[in-house]
Amino acid sequence: MKEKVENLKLEVAKKLETTASLKEVNEIKVEYLGKKGPVNELTSHMKELSVEEKKEFGKILNELKNELTSKIDAKIKYYEEEELNKKLSSEKIDVTLPATKIPAGAPNILEKIVEEVESVFMSMGYDVVDGPEVEEDKYNFELLNIPKGHPARDAQDTFYIEDESILLRSQTSPVQVRTMLATGGKEPVRMICPGKTYRRDADDATHSHQFMQIEGLLIDKDIKLSDLKGTFEVMAKKLFGEDCVARLRPSYYQFTEPSVEMDISCFACKGKGCSLCKNTGWITVSGAGMVHPNVLRNGGYDPEVWSGFAFGFGAERLAMLKYGINDIRTFYQADLRESANFDRKDV
Amino acid sequence: MISLNWVKDYVDIENEDLKELAVKVTKAGVNVEKVINSHIDNLVIGEVLECTDHPDSDHLHICQVSIGTSTTQIVCGAPNVKKGIKVLVALPGCILPGDFEIKAGKIRGQESNGMICALFELGLEAKTDETYAKGIEVLETDLEPGTDANIYLGTDDTLYELDIHKHRNNDCYYHIGFAYEIASILGKKVNLPEANYKEIDDNVNNHITIKVETDKCPYYTAKMVTGVEIKESPDFIKKRLISAGMRPINNVVDISNYVMLEYGQPLHFFDKNKLGDNILVRQAKESETIITLDGQKRELLTSDIVITDGKKPVCIAGVMGGENTDVDEATKDILIESAIFDAVSIRYTSSRLDLRSEASIRYGKGLSYEYTDAAIERACYLLEKYANAKVLSGIAVHDKIDKTEKIVKFKTKEVSTLLGLELTDKDVETELDRLMFNYKLDKDTFTVTIPRRRLDIDPNVNDIAEEIGRLYGYENLSSTLPSIPTRRGVYVGDVGIRKEISRRLRTLGLNEVKNYTLTSPDMASRFRYEEKNQITLPNPMSSDKSVIRTSLIPSLINNYEYNKARNIKDINIYEIAKTYDSSYNEDTKVSILMKGNYLINEWQHTIVKCDFYCLKGIVENLLDYLGFKNRYTFESCEAPEMHPGICAKILLDRKEIGIIGRVHPSYKKDEVYVAELSMTELYNAKVKPIKFKEASKYPEIVKDLAFVVENNVESEVIKSQIKKSGGRLLDSIEVFDLYENVEEGKKSIAYKLVFKDPSRTLSDEEVMEIFNKIISEVESKTGAKLRS
Repeated sequence: MKEKVENLKLEVAKKLETTASLKEVNEIKVEYLGKKGPVNELTSHMKELSVEEKKEFGKILNELKNELTSKIDAKIKYYEEEELNKKLSSEKIDVTLPATKIPAGAPNILEKIVEEVESVFMSMGYDVVDGPEVEEDKYNFELLNIPKGHPARDAQDTFYIEDESILLRSQTSPVQVRTMLATGGKEPVRMICPGKTYRRDADDATHSHQFMQIEGLLIDKDIKLSDLKGTFEVMAKKLFGEDCVARLRPSYYQFTEPSVEMDISCFACKGKGCSLCKNTGWITVSGAGMVHPNVLRNGGYDPEVWSGFAFGFGAERLAMLKYGINDIRTFYQADLRESANFDRKDV
Repeated sequence: MISLNWVKDYVDIENEDLKELAVKVTKAGVNVEKVINSHIDNLVIGEVLECTDHPDSDHLHICQVSIGTSTTQIVCGAPNVKKGIKVLVALPGCILPGDFEIKAGKIRGQESNGMICALFELGLEAKTDETYAKGIEVLETDLEPGTDANIYLGTDDTLYELDIHKHRNNDCYYHIGFAYEIASILGKKVNLPEANYKEIDDNVNNHITIKVETDKCPYYTAKMVTGVEIKESPDFIKKRLISAGMRPINNVVDISNYVMLEYGQPLHFFDKNKLGDNILVRQAKESETIITLDGQKRELLTSDIVITDGKKPVCIAGVMGGENTDVDEATKDILIESAIFDAVSIRYTSSRLDLRSEASIRYGKGLSYEYTDAAIERACYLLEKYANAKVLSGIAVHDKIDKTEKIVKFKTKEVSTLLGLELTDKDVETELDRLMFNYKLDKDTFTVTIPRRRLDIDPNVNDIAEEIGRLYGYENLSSTLPSIPTRRGVYVGDVGIRKEISRRLRTLGLNEVKNYTLTSPDMASRFRYEEKNQITLPNPMSSDKSVIRTSLIPSLINNYEYNKARNIKDINIYEIAKTYDSSYNEDTKVSILMKGNYLINEWQHTIVKCDFYCLKGIVENLLDYLGFKNRYTFESCEAPEMHPGICAKILLDRKEIGIIGRVHPSYKKDEVYVAELSMTELYNAKVKPIKFKEASKYPEIVKDLAFVVENNVESEVIKSQIKKSGGRLLDSIEVFDLYENVEEGKKSIAYKLVFKDPSRTLSDEEVMEIFNKIISEVESKTGAKLRS
């Protein structure tokens, strides 16, 4: 009996060695382990044995069954894997072929710079507000301390819609007054207003009858000119690099006093002098100043209690400087070949 | 243009480096745009010793010219060159305007070693027919041949070209005012020019009566001189006028200009005998005329101020004098006018008449009456000295000017706080001294009287802080941040939704563009699907930018054409911008244009074309994102410039909010699709907050069915009937197939219906019951037939 078992083992092992396909292995499985196979036949002889013998022989038969099963299954697995590998290798693709073009939209270049500026100022607690482009003379000029007859509002600068009353705003500053009046002169203000503005300029590489300003206004208590310088420097560093330094120069605007122009050290030559900064080492990027007491009063704020600063950037100028653009018309031409580069986060 | 030689008369700058000084002036707030050294090298005085005709020319002359140590031959074409005159000689190496370098050479075979110059050739006069006809400049001078001609011309000077901000236009536009600025910067004193003269025993008021009948002339003063001798001006006056860009004429005219350049106050000289005994200043009468000094007849309006002799205009106030009372060679007695007119009125008149004179420019900026007085005195002094005039005593005056002093009180601490500097009272005193402002310091309070010449300074602490700050130097300012509570900035109003829409559309693969608000009448007439009146500018710069757009689509069409012309095939763009109608209603629009392909992988032949349904998908995606799921519908419609069969209104909560469709093929041949939504409507529509909805744990039952309908029946009609009949348990309906012309003129639409109950498993029987109800109701109510 034992001999029979050992022979079966050898026989199966030998057969498995010479199989050529999964089919043959499956046939062997049926042949030896199937209902009519030798293993089953041996099992059927069990009832003829004594209890002792049954015990011993049962153990041997079990071992035989397990061994044959595991050997045959291993061979089956071998063939299955071989088949899968064959299939996988036939599925190999050329990973260097072009991808499906997932549509990606770019922002307008001006919007890109506006978003950068917004994020800097929002992190410093400034709200982003908006105002009308068709504006009343009162907000665009009068309440900003630019009375009727002042040279700053000569008709050739502004697009009037109705004589002396309705116009296309020539600056975003009216939003200052609107914001102040909206708070009723009781609350501190921190806001920026990016928006379209219009002036009667013939369009060329450096002039545009439509352009974007980014207005800023802060009103609180004990606000100093040096706070303006520091705030400006935060923005300049974010936009033009950490080694950027700010400089203020005296200037004049009707609605601020003192008024300043704000320069940044030239980021291209680091202040040594180059064509970008016209060899001065400095680039003017903003007009600003302390809010004029008359404007505070017009906005409902008591200048004895409140003070603040206001500033304005030209979005086109910032973008031209930052991205190296030479023609202001670029922003309004919508050349998709140019804007495509702006569909990414900046450094 | 400021002459530094001239400024030297009033403030000591003898030892200053004028280039460095320009930097200091700029730093303190008045921009010196350019420092010009007016010296012309290799330009000398020459004397024509001999002058003969050129043998090979009918107009050229051959001149032997003494240039001091030697004599040189120069060929000259001017008709007025002759033996014995002194002339300006540009020697080889001399560079004339336009980078024209003089070289020795031959002219028609004759040696020529330089050029005899006219003033216009040196850039000292404009080139006009008149100056050209005058020929070369003949010099009246004792200077020896060979002398540097710049000394004669006054071009041995340094000039500052200023870019003055409007407010400092008053005081930095004339030499004495600018001298004050320099003195403040250098901490020096200003010496005003001499103005002492003798008066004869006759009073001006015996000869003239002044009456002013307009409030646009608050100050009018006049003095009179007799026995003037009209001749050439002394050299120093001529030189300075030339360097200021003015042409010397005669001593009397030159003196009025000279004083104007000193004090900024324009003067007008009337020939007293032509004028008569009366001056009446009033508003002009409608259609009144005057012939001005330039010989032009001018028609006046009631908004113009005129000086009259009681009857007729003799001068357009502040702009230009009349021919009828002008000073000429025969003039003996002069009435000098020094006055102040309303700046706005002068600016208006001079721009209306297109007559910008030196006087009108200055009146237009505003004047200080202090210098109205000083200028008339100074003119009397100069006329006495250089025109042998006798000055009558007294002054004729009309005086309604506000002489209130501008006084400001403040404490040092206020200035320190405003600027962010730590200043002491001593610092403030130092700066006020430099500014030459009169002040008192009482305990800790300063009382400052602002000098009248500084029209730009208002009596408040901010203005004082600016003056102190700019002299003290903003470079001494540190960088600080406001010590205020931190907070997070937010988007106010509809800014937030604008940003969200913009980001979403970008994520969906559309490129943002920005266009001009002002469009041409043709563009503005396109895509007028809304009944809106448009704003046309009454006074546009050009017709192509004259109408404020009410739709952005025409601009996007422009963008499409621009890119198409550059061979870009797939154009997927959007714009968000404000529009305005003629009642000034603001409506922010979101507009999209798609053309070409949306999604491509060419070698795999995967292509999603931009068509109506692609754009509709974009719009729905946006509306769903904004929280409007199931609240919008599309209804076919017709609209201008849109394909009549491919166009729909977009409705939100049954309200029209926009349009979508294909651009009419007869307008644009390409398949171009556009959509426009009112962002203002989207902003105003309320949205509910997000709530969690648990997915059903029970199985759903899916049933398909198809209906055959007339080709022109819209899917939405059937869908909404299915929805109505399906009731609560019908969870969703999707179109999954479409056969056009399944029968003659009919189409078949196949729908996938999903039935679901969140709380239990549905039985086949109850679903079948609903399903059959749907079929019979759709058939009876829409005329559709179930496709078998």
